[in-house]
Amino acid sequence: MSADTPLMKEPDAHANPPAATGELIRLEKVTKRFGDHTVLDRLDFSVDAGKHVTLIGPSGSGKTTILRMLMTLTKPDEGTITVAGQQLYPAPEKQVREIRKNIGMVFQQFNLFPNMKVLRNITEAPVTVLGLSKDEAEQRARELLDLVGLSDHLDKYPTQLSGGQQQRVAIARALAMRPQVLLLDEVTSALDPELVAGVLDVLRDIARTTDITMLCVTHEMNFARDISDRILMFDSGHVIEAGSPEKIFSEPEQARTREFLSAVL
Amino acid sequence: MNWDWSAVRDFMPHFWDGLLVTLQALALGSLISFAVGLVWALLMRTPSRWVRWPVGTITEFIRDTPLLVQLFFLFYVLPEWGLTFSALTTGVVAIGLHYSTYTMQVYRAGIDAVPVGQWEAATALSLPARRTWAAVILPQAIRRVVPALGNYVIAMLKDTPMLMAITVLDMLGEARLFSQQHFQFTEPLTVIGVAFVLISYPASLLLRALERRLVR
Repeated sequence: MSADTPLMKEPDAHANPPAATGELIRLEKVTKRFGDHTVLDRLDFSVDAGKHVTLIGPSGSGKTTILRMLMTLTKPDEGTITVAGQQLYPAPEKQVREIRKNIGMVFQQFNLFPNMKVLRNITEAPVTVLGLSKDEAEQRARELLDLVGLSDHLDKYPTQLSGGQQQRVAIARALAMRPQVLLLDEVTSALDPELVAGVLDVLRDIARTTDITMLCVTHEMNFARDISDRILMFDSGHVIEAGSPEKIFSEPEQARTREFLSAVL
Repeated sequence: MNWDWSAVRDFMPHFWDGLLVTLQALALGSLISFAVGLVWALLMRTPSRWVRWPVGTITEFIRDTPLLVQLFFLFYVLPEWGLTFSALTTGVVAIGLHYSTYTMQVYRAGIDAVPVGQWEAATALSLPARRTWAAVILPQAIRRVVPALGNYVIAMLKDTPMLMAITVLDMLGEARLFSQQHFQFTEPLTVIGVAFVLISYPASLLLRALERRLVR
């Protein structure tokens, strides 16, 4: 893998609009409840284009819910979500579909399509959704598999791969859509410990060599420190502290943050 | 009771005719039940209750009435409304439709068994609904339900003698006709009984093998 991988920056007729500068994602007074339990309570925050933001905090504090709302897998009960100046929620279905094409997600459980080989897992959406030719999509998929170190596996089914390899395919699959925003939902939590490093190395590489905006939920604090421009500490549906990794990890202001970090570090 | 091999020999040409009709009814009935059952299952997933309610009612009605009654209805009542089909066509449609109300349940279970993460991945990749069904959900769902569908094919095989009631000469129809003409009941009925076993048993072995391969 080389640092000058041209993959994400190459101009391409099928690429999504160039990354905007300034604010890309904005959540305003977003509330989400599951039954009587309020997971997010009038949450406000924004993410600038090209930045890498990591959400940390105890389980159940609503971090994953934020990613799922941005991916339109679940809807807020109140509030607004804006992406690249266009409203994602509330919004008509057609607008949601357009915005969604600029957002990609990697899941904790990989969620590769087990009925498709690795190559087709990656080419399916670029062909169907972006209208790439099969050749173009396969070319793109090969480059991405090279990037994640799996060039030799394009003809295998997902079940023939290790968890770490599957997750790297899932990263390649998300990148094949050339999203402006990449959502990473505890992408190493389901992996055997010895497979975690390979996946995180791939993500570090992507963070370094592309201008994709990354929003990340993780319990890997070293990884968070490495890639993040900003860390948000969540507790009980609120951001209780935000700042650079240096600030959050070295001199957290909140007692709750200190308590959480001493438990996970 | 005497066993007469010459009766077996005399019956065999009729047996082959009957076997062909049985297998035709089975093959076409299976195809109809697989296809229509899938349509029912998909219609039951549409957001509109103006689709789901009638489909649910119709299929419940078909499932809760006996196949024999449906055969008689299609064969004797439809012609009064000006719709006339051959006995075999009527039988194939009846058996296919009847079993489609069971295969729809099989498909439903198969679709439900596809992990929610597959739907979420399809959404995350912006795959349109139609493509999500065709390329992601159904291939996984159908793979899981092949053995269950196969069980219904075997059940259908054993229901084909009902077609005799609407004058179709399937295996049982041929055996009965032969028996009445020659006053020999044991031989033709034994032959078709053995034939049913020879078809069903290997079929169920095949299904078990399929199940081991497909359902993992």
